Amino acid sequence: MAKAKNIAEFIIERDEKKCIKCQACVRVCSNDVHNYDEETEEILSDNIKCVGCHFCEDICPTGALTIRRNLSETKENAHWTRDYIYKVVKQASTGGILLTGMGNDRPYKNYFEHIVLNAAQVTNPSIDPLREPMELKTFIGRKPDRIIYDKTRGKYILKERVTNLLELELPVMFSAMSFGSISLNACKSLAKAASASGVYWNTGEGGLHKDLYPYADRAIVQIASGRFGVNVEYLEKAAAVEIKIGQGAKPGIGGHLPGEKVSEEISLTRMIPEGSDAISPAPHHDIYSIEDLRQLIFAIKEATSYRKPVGVKIAAVHNVAPIASGIVRAGADFITIDGIRGGTGAAPVAIRDNVGIPIEIAVAVVDQRLREEGIRNQASIIAAGGFRTSADIVKAIALGADAVYIGTAALIALGCHVCQKCYTGKCNWGIATQDPYLTRRLNPEIGAKRLSNLLRAWALEIKEMLGGMGINAIESLRGNREQLRAVGLNEVELNLLGIKHAGEAW
Amino acid sequence: MKPRRILIKEEYCIGCRLCEVYCITQHSPSKDIIRTYKGSEVRPVSGIYFEEKGSVSFAIQCRHCDEAPCIENCLTGAMYRDEKTGRVLHNRDKCVGCWMCVMSCPLGVIKIDYEKKKVVSKCDLCIDREFPACVEHCPNEAILLVDEKGERVEKKSG
Repeated sequence: MAKAKNIAEFIIERDEKKCIKCQACVRVCSNDVHNYDEETEEILSDNIKCVGCHFCEDICPTGALTIRRNLSETKENAHWTRDYIYKVVKQASTGGILLTGMGNDRPYKNYFEHIVLNAAQVTNPSIDPLREPMELKTFIGRKPDRIIYDKTRGKYILKERVTNLLELELPVMFSAMSFGSISLNACKSLAKAASASGVYWNTGEGGLHKDLYPYADRAIVQIASGRFGVNVEYLEKAAAVEIKIGQGAKPGIGGHLPGEKVSEEISLTRMIPEGSDAISPAPHHDIYSIEDLRQLIFAIKEATSYRKPVGVKIAAVHNVAPIASGIVRAGADFITIDGIRGGTGAAPVAIRDNVGIPIEIAVAVVDQRLREEGIRNQASIIAAGGFRTSADIVKAIALGADAVYIGTAALIALGCHVCQKCYTGKCNWGIATQDPYLTRRLNPEIGAKRLSNLLRAWALEIKEMLGGMGINAIESLRGNREQLRAVGLNEVELNLLGIKHAGEAW
Repeated sequence: MKPRRILIKEEYCIGCRLCEVYCITQHSPSKDIIRTYKGSEVRPVSGIYFEEKGSVSFAIQCRHCDEAPCIENCLTGAMYRDEKTGRVLHNRDKCVGCWMCVMSCPLGVIKIDYEKKKVVSKCDLCIDREFPACVEHCPNEAILLVDEKGERVEKKSG
């Protein structure tokens, strides 16, 4: 049967006038796209194998390579676009679930792009952050209902016991990415940058590798459904513990690290046999209710002598506000909400592209609900899933988040070009791979520097935006929805976000 | 005086061999990458040597040894130490092609020209440049420049 075959997504253009045949492209491509023919002394490139990661383009010393999207078009059809046609083609030939990596790439409404920020004019002065102090310091964890203190001989003594809080220099953290889903060099880059910049990184469900112990005081360790790598040392060394219930890219779906990626190092860190599949079940088999969750939260608190904040991470789903309320009442010190655009190393396309709700709305409704119930101070809200710029972060904080997690943005700083092929384990940038040929491509010294640069740049921008609003501390922006106005949102959306439309005064 | 030296971080070598490309370009007449490779110029031989086995690879060049066997064994004084910079350099005019330096180099980083019977290439830490070409262009900082005390020298940006 004649059948449609997969078409090349990209076309590799080689400028023969510039190509010096140094073969750097041939040597570096993990997908074997480029081949040198000894006889003709030519380099031939196989378009169909190209995933569009742009590594060869970046490494080419003469700029002879350009990766373009293949413009071969199917007949114009608003419903049956090329993407959908080739998804069917692929499944008709493989019979399997389509996999993908990174976050949702579908054109759902992006609320960040419908929200604008305020600035001070005449009636209140704006602040120049270069000349005046500007506070971005953020504390994550349970805050007491009221401050009870004794004043003796001019000294104030706090009477209420406060759990240790996480102290952040700016309200941005690196989200959970496990050693296994990403390389050890990628983990090291994140850990070093978090330590250097005064924020936190997250181990994901990959355990804490011994090389990362020096950065453990800046680590949030995760306990997920597979319980990989959880031991006394893991809990003792970490700054905080996060129980992972769900993930924005694949709510309701578990994880699967294939056996071929479970190297000696990963097997030691995850505490599983080398070469065995690491399967994280979809649910925690000991958590079927808020009461069960409370048991686990307090088991961890007992194990860590109530010294560390314990949080819970959930995917943003329809019932997110009541669930969050339950989680806070179960004793969580922080709650992480991962929106529909949250990334992943591997997820079924059908799930990633269709399950969950946008983080903008989820944060707004959770913050609102916790305020209404008078329990907002009991837990911090960490928003995750698709944060691209400092402005997205400012908007999320004004909607009620305490801090945000960045994953994809951090990986892009490390070289990622969002080709969505993380699940193949062939990441040319040395990030989402365990192949020793590829992992060495990510030098943690360079990686950490680039991540620190990104955080520094965002901190500067956040300060500028705050200054413009006439605010001198991020604490004054938190949940301050008056600083936001919507452009082109309907009434339901405005109500859910709790913001006014542009043009409406205070 | 001890020279500035090149430090190899083999754990970060990605095997692209661009160090060779830039070494050749730097020692060519035009110093232009496309002319060097595609023009009519005689292309020089790389002074940096790429080694690879399995996933491990690195590029190595002359270490400019404090006690350099190549200088000791050179019959004509073609291989000499530059007093000012401490580098081990090679004078092609004095070289008679006995290849004693090649025999005695413990690292095998001196290359020979069989036709002209001379030494053809050896790292000079890029005489004309402040910063060696291989160090500057290594995409993963697997080749670093260190000063006399062994501390990393970074190129000033901008």
